[in-house]
Amino acid sequence: MSDALIEVRGLTVGYADQVLLEGASFDVARGDVFVILGGSGCGKSTLLRYLIGLETPLSGHISIAGVGAPRLEGAAPEYGVMFQSGALFSSMTVGDNVGFALQEWTDLPAEAITAIVRAKLALVGLEGAEDKLPAELSGGMRKRAAIARAMAFEPSLIFLDEPSAGLDPVSAAELDDLINALNRGLGLTVVMVTHELESIFKVGKNCIMLDKASRSIIASGSPQELKATNRDPRVQQFFHREAGRR
Amino acid sequence: MTREAGDDAPEIFGDRVSRIAGFLPQFTWRVEKEPHGLRIDVAGDLTIDEAPALWKRVTELSARVTSGERVQIDNSGVQTIDGACMALLVHLRSELKARRVHCEFTGGSPAVRRLVELYGGRRRPKPRRRRHARNAIEQVGDATAALFGEVMSVLDFFGELLHAGWASLKHPRSMNFRDIALTMERAGADAAPIVMLINFLIGFVMAYQSALQLKQFGANIYVADLVGLSMTRELGPLMTAIIVCGRTGAAFAAELGTMKVSEEVDALRTLGFMPLRYLVLPRILGLLLVAPLLTLLADTVGIAGGVVVGALSLDITPLAYWNQTLRVVHAWDVFSGALKSMVFASAIALIACQQGLATSGGAEGVGRRTTAAVVSILFALILLDAVFTVLFGALGL
Repeated sequence: MSDALIEVRGLTVGYADQVLLEGASFDVARGDVFVILGGSGCGKSTLLRYLIGLETPLSGHISIAGVGAPRLEGAAPEYGVMFQSGALFSSMTVGDNVGFALQEWTDLPAEAITAIVRAKLALVGLEGAEDKLPAELSGGMRKRAAIARAMAFEPSLIFLDEPSAGLDPVSAAELDDLINALNRGLGLTVVMVTHELESIFKVGKNCIMLDKASRSIIASGSPQELKATNRDPRVQQFFHREAGRR
Repeated sequence: MTREAGDDAPEIFGDRVSRIAGFLPQFTWRVEKEPHGLRIDVAGDLTIDEAPALWKRVTELSARVTSGERVQIDNSGVQTIDGACMALLVHLRSELKARRVHCEFTGGSPAVRRLVELYGGRRRPKPRRRRHARNAIEQVGDATAALFGEVMSVLDFFGELLHAGWASLKHPRSMNFRDIALTMERAGADAAPIVMLINFLIGFVMAYQSALQLKQFGANIYVADLVGLSMTRELGPLMTAIIVCGRTGAAFAAELGTMKVSEEVDALRTLGFMPLRYLVLPRILGLLLVAPLLTLLADTVGIAGGVVVGALSLDITPLAYWNQTLRVVHAWDVFSGALKSMVFASAIALIACQQGLATSGGAEGVGRRTTAAVVSILFALILLDAVFTVLFGALGL
């Protein structure tokens, strides 16, 4: 697929003593909302860390169009990342958090950065929160602020780790709407990890499902298609919220 | 039974009676011999208050039963049972099964049966894996290997840091000046009062103790030599470093450790920053700049402590004391102390930041790494001090 934004080939993920995923290959198309699914402990968030470039693959390779292997540090960010807990810098205000990369990597004057920060916060529905400290925000607001920070450098690709985990239903739904708006309005490619069924159907265009026992991708396709046609009991259990056998 | 006695007792005795009742179980536990083993009739109310009494009976029974016997636990008489007591009964069953004693639950109301089911009383207990006990040699070996691993990781870190430092020198604009200033304020200015207080007392005590001896020889004035030289060459830098270790070393380790476990360090990386360059380098530089200043302060107040003792109990005027100090303490003594303090400061910041960034696993991990950082730093300080002493001695400095 030449249109793929991210190409993953034969990727093995895990730690020295424990392999979580073996020989995984998949593509993420440009403009996709790509969801990584699976039960707890199957390595979803770990896989995301490899895609971002926080970890070095045990084997296989990842290629992001225009970047090559995911690369961090020493250069302006090519893509945005929102961590599960938000991971806002607790010693800085929300505004400084959002404008942080801009201050470092551009020659923009302070007023211009302030204007951009204000616009990014408006985008995620946090107008006027510039001067608050992260500790003063609720869980949902913190995640929104983290998305604003991830969006600060105009990335065409954004990674989200469990955006709606731990949020009340209303905040979770608002966050889903935000993801949809970013994807449709700005053409942003989204790669996210989640296990919230509603969220998966509301925003997900394509997904892969990981399995802990077989350490592989057991299904891929659109969520609707997987729910309707996939006969794998593990996939059906997931999509129908059935308890597995103990 | 006791319970009824408690219920019937007049109000004024209520408290005492219920306290006595606390010692008497609210349940009965009858063990009967059967042809193939034992039957236990459990009856009454089993709540968490009864758990200690129940546990005693469970362990007694468990010790009594031998392999091949059958044990039947009959819950027919149980009025109520809570999770804690059920857990003890299920534990008894698993223990017995592990010793090849057949054990089963019988009888009981539907509610009791449901609880048996929920707590896994019907499931086949998983054989527990015995943990292999490690002998002394193995433990010493592991600890030694771990120590070497730690030392190697500090050296690794040092290497990476030099690399990052070189990169920063080439692009000085990318330096995090904010954190340098912040470190200098927090580790330097804020530490001044405690550094002054402690070093004044050190100088004071040292002068006082040595005066007691030197007085006997009429060598009062040599107190100034002793205090002046040992403060500038040895105690000033070392005491300051120990204070800085406790204040700033612990703070660095805890701060970076918390940033690590809350994914802030990862977030920093995704925004294009190198943690070593952005977080560690400014802390090391900041500390490197303030440590000699703190040490000079320590030298000064330490000597001042000596002056006070001289004036109060040795009849040495401050001016005479000062002149004597100037005569024996040379520029090199002060300078070598400052030099030492810079090496100490690098060790403090390096180890603290390395330990902080190696943190994993939540609040407990932060505590563990902070402790490890402070202990390693203290060890390193004493070691470095010994090296300096030997080195300066060998070079005749």
